Amino acid sequence: MRAIGSVSRIIERSMTLAAASVLLASCGEGVLDPQGPVGKAERVILYNATAIMLAVVVPVILLTAVFAYWFRADNTRAKYLPDWEYSGSIEMIVWSIPALVILFLGGIAWVGSHELDPPKTIESAIAPVDVEVISLDWKWLFIYPAEGIASLNRLVVPAGVPLRFRLTSASVMNSFFVPQLGSQIYTMPGMTTRLNLQADRAGSYSGLSAQFSGEGFSDMRFELLAVPADQFETWAKTVKTRGSALNAAAFATLVRPSKADRPETYAYVAPDLFEAVSSGRVVEDSSSHLEK
Amino acid sequence: MLGKLTWAAIPFDQPIVMIASGTVGLAIVGLLGLITVKGWWPYLWREWITSVDHKRIGVMYVLLALVMLVRGFADAIMMRSQLALAAGGAQGFLPPEHYNQIFSAHGTIMIFFVAMPFVVGLMNFALPLQLGVRDVAFPVLNSVSFWLTAAGVLLVNMSLVVGEFARTGWLAYPPLSEIAYSPGVGVDYYLWSLQISGLGTLLSGINLTTTILKLRAPGMGYTRMPIFCWTALASNLLIVAAFPILTATFAMLLLDRYLDFHFFTNDAGGNPMMYINLIWAWGHPEVYILILPAFGVFSEVVATFSGKPLFGYRSMVLATMVICVLSFMVWLHHFFTMGAGANVNAFFGIMTMIIAVPTGVKVFNWLFTLYGGRIRFTVPVYWALGFMVTFVIGGMTGVLMAIPPADFVLHNSLFLVAHFHNVAIGGVVFGVLAGYTYWFPKAFGFTLDERLGKAIFWCWFIGFYLAFMPLYVLGLMGATRRMQHYPEMGWQPLMLVALVGAVLIFFGIALTVVQLVVSIRTRDQRRDLTGDPWNGRTLEWSIPSPPPPWNFGLLPQVEGTDVYWAMKQVSSGTRSNAAGDAYQPIHMPRNNPTGFFVAFFAVVLGFALIWHIWWMAIAGLLGEVTVGLVQAWRTNGEIEISAEEIAMAEKALVAREVAA
Amino acid sequence: MNVAHQAFGSSPEIPLSMKGPAPTSVVVGFGFWLFLLSDIIIFAALFAAYAVLSGETAGGPNGNELFDKGHVLLETACLLASSFTCGLGSLAVQRRDMQWTFVWMAATFILGAAFLTSEASEFSAMLTAGAGPSRSAFLSAFFTLVGTHGLHVTIGLFWLLVMMVQVMTLGFRPMVRRRLFCFSLFWHALDIVWIGVFTIVYLGAS
Repeated sequence: MRAIGSVSRIIERSMTLAAASVLLASCGEGVLDPQGPVGKAERVILYNATAIMLAVVVPVILLTAVFAYWFRADNTRAKYLPDWEYSGSIEMIVWSIPALVILFLGGIAWVGSHELDPPKTIESAIAPVDVEVISLDWKWLFIYPAEGIASLNRLVVPAGVPLRFRLTSASVMNSFFVPQLGSQIYTMPGMTTRLNLQADRAGSYSGLSAQFSGEGFSDMRFELLAVPADQFETWAKTVKTRGSALNAAAFATLVRPSKADRPETYAYVAPDLFEAVSSGRVVEDSSSHLEK
Repeated sequence: MLGKLTWAAIPFDQPIVMIASGTVGLAIVGLLGLITVKGWWPYLWREWITSVDHKRIGVMYVLLALVMLVRGFADAIMMRSQLALAAGGAQGFLPPEHYNQIFSAHGTIMIFFVAMPFVVGLMNFALPLQLGVRDVAFPVLNSVSFWLTAAGVLLVNMSLVVGEFARTGWLAYPPLSEIAYSPGVGVDYYLWSLQISGLGTLLSGINLTTTILKLRAPGMGYTRMPIFCWTALASNLLIVAAFPILTATFAMLLLDRYLDFHFFTNDAGGNPMMYINLIWAWGHPEVYILILPAFGVFSEVVATFSGKPLFGYRSMVLATMVICVLSFMVWLHHFFTMGAGANVNAFFGIMTMIIAVPTGVKVFNWLFTLYGGRIRFTVPVYWALGFMVTFVIGGMTGVLMAIPPADFVLHNSLFLVAHFHNVAIGGVVFGVLAGYTYWFPKAFGFTLDERLGKAIFWCWFIGFYLAFMPLYVLGLMGATRRMQHYPEMGWQPLMLVALVGAVLIFFGIALTVVQLVVSIRTRDQRRDLTGDPWNGRTLEWSIPSPPPPWNFGLLPQVEGTDVYWAMKQVSSGTRSNAAGDAYQPIHMPRNNPTGFFVAFFAVVLGFALIWHIWWMAIAGLLGEVTVGLVQAWRTNGEIEISAEEIAMAEKALVAREVAA
Repeated sequence: MNVAHQAFGSSPEIPLSMKGPAPTSVVVGFGFWLFLLSDIIIFAALFAAYAVLSGETAGGPNGNELFDKGHVLLETACLLASSFTCGLGSLAVQRRDMQWTFVWMAATFILGAAFLTSEASEFSAMLTAGAGPSRSAFLSAFFTLVGTHGLHVTIGLFWLLVMMVQVMTLGFRPMVRRRLFCFSLFWHALDIVWIGVFTIVYLGAS
């Protein structure tokens, strides 16, 4: 019937549009254009799992359209089976197909969860760079323990080097996420989470918080700037000579709510600042959150 | 004297809110005035407000849901407009402090005050009719449940005018929802209105579970129940098991906020992660509470309009109960990114996928119900077919995100938002609108206008795809949820397409109102005089439309599934008391104002607690106790309808059918 | 269509599920059971919170330091005894014996009140010692779990009073008997929860 014809036309059209958009999207940014090993592995999973499932979903959608059209009431050529309500072989198939798909995807889930477990270090001949991340209201603080410096809202890292993150929050829950590099991880007060990423190539990658955290949430954007390894050394040395000091007082200022902070660097970081925050010892000044 | 309540609570400086509240306020006053002038209060009080008839209560639930759909959708249109505008450096027209309330209200209202009441309303209306009995197990409790839900609705909507709503998202994660980060009354409005309506829902779950398990027509063993009753059973069992978790968790957050407890605070050892676990231990079963009855509606609709029994009845029952049990074992998939470790993540990911198996089985069984049928393309069938193609896409993206490493890049993105709207709209909304159209003639004695019904379907169907397919793409591009603005200009075109989709859905909702008005105006053209407008298969179609208060003059003796279909094959189809069995007097419960007054004092109590007006809270509590005591001493709760009266009424209805 | 015969018990070959609507007492009892199950799930959530937070003393006192075995023993004895007297009361109801119903229900009330008094003194001692629920997450969880149980006992005692007045004014009619049955289910369930509390909270602390 015409209704069903137009239904399948609409489906066709939407799926083409969707596929085209997805292709377009993958040509530039985001999750389908990963620039690191973690993101690349995750994209493979996305594609494989989607393809496997489409192998079931597309026939189901087509069959729905076909059956609905063929068995419409005014089609006298179609067989009417008013008492047909059970078939052992069909039952076996309809339980088996989803079960097999799930078995396969379950395997992917098991293996993938272990290989891409956020705390798992990235295999590399190069030693990792450690970064400590503190999410604040509404900005990101990045501490480089080995270099003894820190950076606000801009994460400069060496390209092609594994990055080992330890993360916490000084206020509410957030989620550290650089879509083009792969996995995100929550940052939580009083807790330390771990994440490992790598930027294969130099470039500027967009970073954000993926867990709603209040009024300035939309402004919690940061830049992950991957530079060649030697440039990273230079940068770290420069900051060491020129940035300001991130002592207790400076940190107390940072803890106060603010949004869209300009990137800043610090030449000195109070010792064990990350440990203090992640163990909940530095209590935020809650009176600064009164909104009225 | 008035706690925290001052004139400053009314947002005189916010034009959008003032205009919206003003309009709604005027509409309410106008409606109340009209009712008064026309003298309809005695009728409304007697026939609806104090009714304990499941059919009336079901209708009121659905009406409440439809009204709140408009409210929740207004929030949606505002969100879509804001995002269509706020690209690059633009800030849109809704600053964060408003936008954050709007998306929180949108989610809260759609889940708790649209989807839940709609589903509960349909179950309320249809279950006793399908089971061949006269009412639910506890009619007065049923009324209490409805009015408590209405009380929650009133409180949530009051937050628009007096005070503010939560700015935390619809699940109010701590520490953001703790007093330190949300010192205003918004989170309190959220918590108290949901505690009140949650109690109503829990009582309803107990009521309907008892009804299905203990009140069925003679001969209706479990495997002879209509499939909708099975899905309703699974849903209500989930309500009984899951809603207490919500109650307890919200109570803990309330204790933190009011009495300085430390369940989820940042200091003194509180654990916000525990809230997330607890709330999703409720939250995941909740989505199955919503979808299972929708599945049940589709099973009934597909079978009825194919002219065949449902394919694989027992398999469907098994699949339903498996989903019911498994829904409690998957909750962690809502926070794979919280860092539980590979083994835990993988376990919950696999469990989540396993739920896809019985769901897939159901889809296949619907397919094979269509196969070999004589399908009539009525409006409910449109919804069912639309559901079948749309829901499988949403299910697919769900299984995709059940793979933890995939979720690591998609969690909390617009891809997630697209997924859950995919299954919520394609599954729940399509299902309740199908059920609404399907059972409307039974409730009111005439069918809804078909052409408008099809137009409504197309608006929703096309509107959904336009509104949410772009969101899948945006999620893949790195867009996260709950953004109030974004710097990427390249995202704006997709946001605009999404806005167009939302506008189309708006037309669908507007047409629903139009359809109701038009259908009432032209009802004589589509009267249901036989009680069976669809050539149905189950017992509700064997009684008149609308049914008499007692539903069945004589309880049917059931010998198999699809009872009414079997009856029709044997007899000519007209109902008659061929065996000449004597009618017995029937005891029916009398009208009862308990429900209304329980809700009244619940609103008083809730409002008082929100604003810290302690004397008012005590008054509300005392009011509740008083209402309870009055009900406890009510000894004339039943009315007896004589056998003669029943015989006369039944004869009149048969005569009307024969004349048709 | 044949008239439904609610012949429970008279036709053994018809399964219970096909006998038609169950009698009111069965329906009410079943519904109340479901309510009790839901109530136990509330307690389960509170137990879970307690388990997670029992070590979070925030530098303050822990259970071992705070809990007094004497109090707990007295409370347990009172509550268990009150379940016993409640059972005897149910038997008296079955016999329609108004006098003994009152005697046993009064005993239940007194024992329940004794439980509450002991618990109240325990709580107030902790509060005055600075070990109130705001001190730490552990104490928040303790006060909420044990306090919720105590709140249920309080509501139960109020319900018991109301039931005694109902028996006085309305006699042993079916409606009153059904409610007394529900009350006794409630009271026994609180006993079971207390055994959980006693084991996990008090015994678990040492």
